[in-house]
Amino acid sequence: MTENASLLLGRLGLDALPFYSWVAFSGALVTLAGGVGFLVLVTWLGQWRALWTGWLTSVDHKRIGIMYIVLALVMLVRGFVDAIMMRLQQAMSYNREGYLPPEHFEQIFSSHGTIMIFFMAMPFMTGLLNYIIPLQIGARDVAFPVLNAISFWLTFAGAGLMLISLVIGKFSTAGWTGYPPYSGVEFTPGVGVDYWIWSILVSGVGTTMTGINFVVTILRKRAPGMLLMRMPLFTWTGLCSSILIIFAFPALTVSTTMLALDRTLGMHFFTNDGGGNVMNYMNLFWIWGHPEVYILILPAFGIFSEVVATFSSKRLFGYPSLVYATAVIAVLSFTVWLHHFFTMGAGANVNAIFGIATMVIAVPTGVKVFDWLFTMFRGRIRFEPPMLFTIGFMCLFVIGGMSGVLLAIPPINYSTHNTTFLVAHFHNMIIPGVLFGYLAGYMYWFPKAFGFQLDRVWGARSFWFWMIGFLLAFMPLYALGLMGMPRRLETYGNPEWQPLLIVAFVGACLILMGIISLVMQLWVSVKNRKALVDQTGDPWDGRTLEWSMPSPPPIWNFDNVPVVSSRDAFHEAKLSGIPLPAAEEDSPLSVPKNSVMGPCMGVAGMCIGFGAVWYIWWLAFAGLAIAVAAIIGRSFVQSTENDVSFKRGATTT
Amino acid sequence: MIAASDAVEEQIDRETEFGFWLYLMSDAVLFSLIFVTFAVMSSNLASGPGGADLFDIKNLAMQTALLLTSSLTIALAHHATEGRNTTRAVVWLVMTCILGTGFLALEIRELSGFVAEGAGPGRSGYLSAFFTLVGTHGLHVTAGLIWALTLIVQIVLRGIDHRLLSRLARLSLFWHFLDIVWIAVFSLVYLPEFL
Repeated sequence: MTENASLLLGRLGLDALPFYSWVAFSGALVTLAGGVGFLVLVTWLGQWRALWTGWLTSVDHKRIGIMYIVLALVMLVRGFVDAIMMRLQQAMSYNREGYLPPEHFEQIFSSHGTIMIFFMAMPFMTGLLNYIIPLQIGARDVAFPVLNAISFWLTFAGAGLMLISLVIGKFSTAGWTGYPPYSGVEFTPGVGVDYWIWSILVSGVGTTMTGINFVVTILRKRAPGMLLMRMPLFTWTGLCSSILIIFAFPALTVSTTMLALDRTLGMHFFTNDGGGNVMNYMNLFWIWGHPEVYILILPAFGIFSEVVATFSSKRLFGYPSLVYATAVIAVLSFTVWLHHFFTMGAGANVNAIFGIATMVIAVPTGVKVFDWLFTMFRGRIRFEPPMLFTIGFMCLFVIGGMSGVLLAIPPINYSTHNTTFLVAHFHNMIIPGVLFGYLAGYMYWFPKAFGFQLDRVWGARSFWFWMIGFLLAFMPLYALGLMGMPRRLETYGNPEWQPLLIVAFVGACLILMGIISLVMQLWVSVKNRKALVDQTGDPWDGRTLEWSMPSPPPIWNFDNVPVVSSRDAFHEAKLSGIPLPAAEEDSPLSVPKNSVMGPCMGVAGMCIGFGAVWYIWWLAFAGLAIAVAAIIGRSFVQSTENDVSFKRGATTT
Repeated sequence: MIAASDAVEEQIDRETEFGFWLYLMSDAVLFSLIFVTFAVMSSNLASGPGGADLFDIKNLAMQTALLLTSSLTIALAHHATEGRNTTRAVVWLVMTCILGTGFLALEIRELSGFVAEGAGPGRSGYLSAFFTLVGTHGLHVTAGLIWALTLIVQIVLRGIDHRLLSRLARLSLFWHFLDIVWIAVFSLVYLPEFL
């Protein structure tokens, strides 16, 4: 601990404000303006009560889902600003310093990765799971609605810590993986790495609970007749993803907690001296990290499966093989973590085993691609924006898969280790594989959530900007990697690299246009919502249960839970003209009451995190006390449900 | 309170218990990873003291006896609640808390003794892993104690209802789980040092 830590404010002082660089300072101003602007807007509109009762304390899975996705989209913008700043820096920093001081550049690539994985992709996925899965399986809510709210608020607290780090103090410079010994206190004192640790620890607890919640929901709350092999593929992938969360997230908790213990209490888990073992961190971190890739990508595969069947107007090809492929990927995802550090020197045999396992995992993924292609084969394809993203994904993802199999070969991995080839590879998996999937899901299910469709022209524009922008931004990085350019360079002296880096910057600008198109799409659609309204609840001629109800669905989802007798039961009911039978006519309807547990735990998580970052220990303990008191208090609440049977038949909330 | 049917209540309890099993699985992974880390670091003494220099077999025996007995008492408490016997349930839960507190007191005495001897968690990788493993278990026991105290208050205030039964069932699962973890700590951390 620093010597000048005070009891009241820990090591927090005026020097924490970002006056060290004008870029950081303006970033802080924008963040502050965003926060203050939001508060002023809500006050000006007089919507505090509506916001509190309708959203912040809501435990409705649909509201929580929307809040997750809003969080994800906000963080997408923040993470993208980081990305384009890096591209601009590298485009101009041949033999020059560029416009970013080195330490600031390091903060930017660290926060870019952290935000995109933990606070963009994870909330986006959780939001879609939240909104859609209960509707797809015929459930009235998730198994544990209040726990669900707590999960959201812990994620929000983690994201909040990330944003605060832009204003108060500095963020980590150790990359999104926080490798020791560099991330240890000896080489990186200060609060940056602590911000990184605590923001992902706090949100990671929330994610673990989300995993538990959805496994129970999917296995225990399905409508009668919804057998496992009749579940829509998005639900299947959500199930596998949730199981992975339960088993993988403890590894993240353990590795980051040990790093925190090293930094804060002077322990020796990952230090060079004192009997530490640095490589143990890499093992622990990637035991979480590799399954995490599949936690993110499996639900996206589920979305592609739904979208490709709907917009090809065909039954999904090879449903059982898609289910088995998903399960195989989930199991194998725990057997490949070492391929993230082949160069550790584990020995030829160990590397060979992990290399082969990595190649094996490409097989079920390939099976899936063929299934999607065969679903499209002789289908009547409608090129709506979700379908465009799906086709774009298939084209780009195959390239990323090929480079992945290349990287799975240890000798090749040695020569491309830590180069931009790797950066190109994982962006090639995650942008088309994960983000395109979530954007497809966002555009596909938006009419379900809000009752009107999104503008398709701006959707298509967004797709083309993303697609071409992606190719321009990342194909040069493959070439640069093979030319030997290391990743995370803030300045360089090789003239051959600069033209390609400029191309990559142009690509990033196109992606910026893609994001602007997304905003425009939302804006134009909200403006034209009368014209885009969807009265049917089934604008795409969908196949799964979520399309059988009005848009937006009532808070209790199903007036009468249907009995399911086949896969795509809703589609068959539409064809035959006979509606799905009700499991139980007019059973009592009850919905969980609003709860302040979520916001309470969010505040507690924020206090614990902020206190631990700055060594303001009274604040951390106060946060812990709030959390314990809230849980105990909650256990004394007797009445947690509201009867809403009288509202049955109302079409919207 | 809404008069939901017993079947619905029962289903909710079953879902909660299933969810709790999943949590325990997640927690088992967490402990396994700390155990593995301990194994990796078991010889990283950095010329500091090792387990054989520090551990006291009497203290260990007492801790183990207290914790294992508390598993018996919580099972008896669980049994008493199923027979709707409020007094007995409270007595056995209080016994469990006393035994658990005794375990924690011995643990804190042991660990603070090590720190006083200059064998704190910052001394070596081995001791970091030792303190973290034992400390994580101790934190779980603390959480279990707070949980048990809450349930005692609820039994006294409200008697035994289906919610309490479900909560106590989960608490005793948790407590037995911590017992199993302790047996692993006993066999893998302490015992080798005495052989």
